[in-house]
Amino acid sequence: MELLRFTTAGSVDDGKSTLIGRLMYDTKTIFEDQLEAVVTSSKKRGDENVNLALLTDGLRAEREQGITIDVAYRYFATPKRKFIIADTPGHIQYTRNMVTGASTANLAIILIDARKGIVEQTCRHSFIASLLRIQHVVLAVNKMDLVDYSEARFDEIVSAYKEFASRLQIPQMTFIPMSALNGDNVVEKSANMPWYQGAPLLYHLETVYVGSDANHVDARLPVQWVIRPQSNEWHDFRGFAGRIAGGVFKPGDDVMVLPSGFTSKIKGIHTADGELEEAFHPQSVAITLEDEIDISRGDMIVKPNNQPNVSQDIEAMICWFSEKQKLNPGGHYILQHTSREVKAKVTAVRYKVNVNTLHKIEDDLEIGLNEIGRVAFRTSAPLFHDSYRRNRITGSFVLVDPFTNNTVAAGMIR
Amino acid sequence: MSHSYNLNHLDHLESEAIYVLREVAAQFQNPVLLFSGGKDSICVAHLAKKAFWPARPPFPFMHVDTGHNFPETIAYRDEFIANIGARLVVASVQDSIDKGRVVEEKGPNASRNALQTVTLLDAISENGFDCALGGARRDEEKARAKERFFSHRDDFGQWDPKNQRPELWNIFNGRMSPGEHFRVFPLSNWTEMDVWQYIKKENIPLPSLYFAHDREVVARQGTLLAVTDFVTVAEDEKAETRRVRFRTVGDATCTGAVESDADSLDAVIAEVAAARQTERGTRADDKRSETAMEDRKRQGYF
Repeated sequence: MELLRFTTAGSVDDGKSTLIGRLMYDTKTIFEDQLEAVVTSSKKRGDENVNLALLTDGLRAEREQGITIDVAYRYFATPKRKFIIADTPGHIQYTRNMVTGASTANLAIILIDARKGIVEQTCRHSFIASLLRIQHVVLAVNKMDLVDYSEARFDEIVSAYKEFASRLQIPQMTFIPMSALNGDNVVEKSANMPWYQGAPLLYHLETVYVGSDANHVDARLPVQWVIRPQSNEWHDFRGFAGRIAGGVFKPGDDVMVLPSGFTSKIKGIHTADGELEEAFHPQSVAITLEDEIDISRGDMIVKPNNQPNVSQDIEAMICWFSEKQKLNPGGHYILQHTSREVKAKVTAVRYKVNVNTLHKIEDDLEIGLNEIGRVAFRTSAPLFHDSYRRNRITGSFVLVDPFTNNTVAAGMIR
Repeated sequence: MSHSYNLNHLDHLESEAIYVLREVAAQFQNPVLLFSGGKDSICVAHLAKKAFWPARPPFPFMHVDTGHNFPETIAYRDEFIANIGARLVVASVQDSIDKGRVVEEKGPNASRNALQTVTLLDAISENGFDCALGGARRDEEKARAKERFFSHRDDFGQWDPKNQRPELWNIFNGRMSPGEHFRVFPLSNWTEMDVWQYIKKENIPLPSLYFAHDREVVARQGTLLAVTDFVTVAEDEKAETRRVRFRTVGDATCTGAVESDADSLDAVIAEVAAARQTERGTRADDKRSETAMEDRKRQGYF
């Protein structure tokens, strides 16, 4: 069974919680005791209908205020696939959460209300999906029951969205008219919209091809840990352990170690279940080499004929997360990139992006909470990186404030 | 020959958990793996064995012992840990009671479940542990659905759910100030079904409690509690022998059994697939209030 990770985004009241509730209920993922607890809470709160949002909004503050604060992860499975949903809140101030949810997703469902059409938030959600390189976007045109299941209305929204999205980089877009409340085109094809020729949402989620999303070209192994057994049987074993970030490694392959530049050959690719004939993303393995080379955490094993960029000057799009402080131009941060940790100094803020219009802002360069901008950094030691477009793992980093230890920004390398 | 570079979901989850375990070994000075003898912590321990193979896991295991154990759990614990070759630390709730750190609850529903938090936090501080690995999963409970892989705890061991660090891609920030610690959950993305399927795939031995057996139980507040030295039968209650198994294994005073004939892994998996109650539906400790789990987690519970 394959795994598909997706994120859901929508404005307040677009019916996102209802959609997730329906997917989980119709795939028998919601259990009786969970439903019972939600029914009890809804009654206590005086809600007219059973409020399925209470399934995902578990924190006390969320239940008290009736809002979703944080990314919630939800799980369901069908006989074809296992799904991980990163359910992110729709409020304007929660760009941070959508970026977080999108960072690990293969697919994004963006909900819009058929009555309202494309709104500012639709643009913001789409921009973030594009920025985070989500390959597959589903535009779920919800509440079709409230526009009389009108094909003309659906077509109007689709063409408006296509025009807007031409400015973004989203390789695959799918448009589905639905009513999450009534279940139209969620799990079953809707009888109310015979004009819609496509598949219902769940079928699309079960069958969309995501096999080519990962990079299987550029071989990269960031070393996490060196395995050195203190036993006689494994006396000479030195395994360079990590999760393959890209490409394919095979025993006998010529490899190069960064930053030292030493070369060797792969002797074996080890797991507790035995040696592998090849290893690829996202496998966790331990590699042994023919030669004794000094390698430690933060180094990267690559191939001599396909090396990443090695540089101390980094250009990146960043999303700022801290509510307590803004990005400090000239400020120093700790930068975590793969298994490597370096110091980084902000050398320039190039521009900010208005996430609702996609316009560049060049006259106000202060980057605060939930803002996105293009920033240049100088690092204390070289990073071994690819562009985020080419590889989500070797192209991404986070910034940590050295005084508070908080994660204050996410970066995508140009 | 054409082939696809796809992993099935269990291999994917295993690889992710191994990655997390290796990050823990690399980022922390003195981590510990919390081992309860329940199936989730057994899975984490098994993954730790695989993550560092052929070396041993580079951290000890710790059992927070309420003293209200099923005897089967302790026998299993000692054999399993000896087999992995890890060092075992036992933190005892009885010791915390004897030292006056906590006062035992009274009444028919008395449980040492809440007291464990103090014992756990004391043990973390006494041993200087800076990270405690646990088997909690996000699908278990709604407060856990918002939990991070690397979850920060302040110097009182408290969780602040509204102020969690954003966690992106596979980058984990384990930086902290002295006195603080982290809880790390390698099984965050696993479901109960994934755990069972993995146990079958890896052929991991489990305590016999997980399989159907005849046991004397008492029905209390919709839960079947095993009659043990720690669970007393009230006058208006009736103990009876039924065929049961446990879906979670914790403190004997609050871990409920379910009626079941599932006496093999396949039968258990079939039962889990057909289940209409979450596994924590049998946990009396979660039923105390709507946000019982969040409230305990804020205080430093697992």
